[in-house]
Amino acid sequence: MAPHAGLLTAAVQVRGLTRKYDERAVLDGVDLDIAPGEFVALLGKSGSGKSTLLRALAGLDAGVAGSGELVVPANVSVVFQDSRLLPWARVLENVVLGLTGADERGRKSLEEVGLAGREKAWPNELSGGEQQRVALARSLVREPELLLADEPFGALDALTRLKMHVLLRKLCAAHQPAVLLVTHDVDEAIVLADRVIVLDEGRIVAEEHVELAAPRSPADPGFAKMRSTLLEALGVSL
Amino acid sequence: MSATTLPGIRREQVAGTPVVRRRRLGPGKPIKFGTALGPVLLLVIWSIGSATGWIDQRVLSAPWTVVTTAGELIADGRLQSNLWTSTQRALLGLAFGIVLGVVLALLSGLSRIGEAVLDGPIQIKRAIPSLALLPLLILWLGIGESMKVITILLGVFVPIYIHTHNGLRTIDARYVELAQTVGLSRWDFIRRVVLPGALPGFLLGLRFAVTGAWLSLVVVEQINATSGIGYMMELARTYGQTDIIIVGLVLYGVLGLLSDGFVRLIQRRALSWRRTLDS
Repeated sequence: MAPHAGLLTAAVQVRGLTRKYDERAVLDGVDLDIAPGEFVALLGKSGSGKSTLLRALAGLDAGVAGSGELVVPANVSVVFQDSRLLPWARVLENVVLGLTGADERGRKSLEEVGLAGREKAWPNELSGGEQQRVALARSLVREPELLLADEPFGALDALTRLKMHVLLRKLCAAHQPAVLLVTHDVDEAIVLADRVIVLDEGRIVAEEHVELAAPRSPADPGFAKMRSTLLEALGVSL
Repeated sequence: MSATTLPGIRREQVAGTPVVRRRRLGPGKPIKFGTALGPVLLLVIWSIGSATGWIDQRVLSAPWTVVTTAGELIADGRLQSNLWTSTQRALLGLAFGIVLGVVLALLSGLSRIGEAVLDGPIQIKRAIPSLALLPLLILWLGIGESMKVITILLGVFVPIYIHTHNGLRTIDARYVELAQTVGLSRWDFIRRVVLPGALPGFLLGLRFAVTGAWLSLVVVEQINATSGIGYMMELARTYGQTDIIIVGLVLYGVLGLLSDGFVRLIQRRALSWRRTLDS
């Protein structure tokens, strides 16, 4: 398929993506473009296929049946719901895992996420929020063109989550990766993303461009309106 | 027994209000020199038995006789030279056995073909005692050092293989996924994820292997040997010298205990990242 002129520079291009588990279509013809530096949040109920889409983009779905076209940049980083730090490697080793001679960059990344001085700590010694910040540092030290985040703050408490939102926005402003954030938290999606997509039964059923003034506050009437639109798309009526 | 040491829930009266404390489910704080307690107790019973004449000297020499005999054996150099020979055999067998066990565990743990080919024969070997293999090994290798080292090796590699393989297979699949997303090479995957992940299993296997090495040593040294602790004991048997036999037994015991303690020390150092019931 010839790429559209306007999409030549897209970081992610998905066309007619289908993924099936046991003949059941989890993704059913998904089309999605993400521009370089764009922050897209993907909302959906459990089982809507949002994690399947993320895993397809991450190349983690070998052996899963399906079809469609998928263009992703060479340099993709993933942040999982669990920090997924190797417990037997110290914090800095975890950050630079698989890179050579990157200790100095690793230290800088840790500084960026506010963990300077914790290079030698074991992951078990850190709190859940700190572990997730190490995971962010591990992703960002690779300067990804695409950052995939699968409910990265889902396991954190509400206060820590708010702090992580601020941190993630700051980091994305500094590094400018394209981002696909999978979440089930509507507020989180509106606060963070340039664009929010709702997935239901493997299809994109809603799309909203977030054009609210910063700082985005739930008190803003535009915020409330967008939230109710998205909740409706998710099948929740208030 | 006082009321506060009763198992179960204790009730204490603090400032007039009853306090219910939960029963502690972990094993509690480690006891200082706790591992020495059992052996010391044994020694005390043995001493008391010998002093009271409750243990016949012809059946089992008294601890002090064993100590004097050990002194004599050291004085004429027999103990050191036999110990040195035995240690060399054990260490050689152990070293080769560890390498073989780890290599086989990696081959069988990281590839399905490796597992299909290797795991069966190793499980079969596991079911055959080294002692039963000895006649065949003597026919193949003679009665020289290589037969002895290989017998020890055969006893050592099995626990190393089994525990390393198990440790390797129980590495969380999520780490494998992580290794894929950060693009680790095969070698880096083995070095950063597989080996450290399998280390707890390997070290457990090593504890079995180390004591197993000394056990196999007994078997090979009491058959067709002309040196070593086992030979020294076998010779003492012909002359009915129970004190020398006991010196040998104590030596085996001490060596086994020391080497196990050594491995546990390594374990604590190498696995300091873990938070378990131990700490």
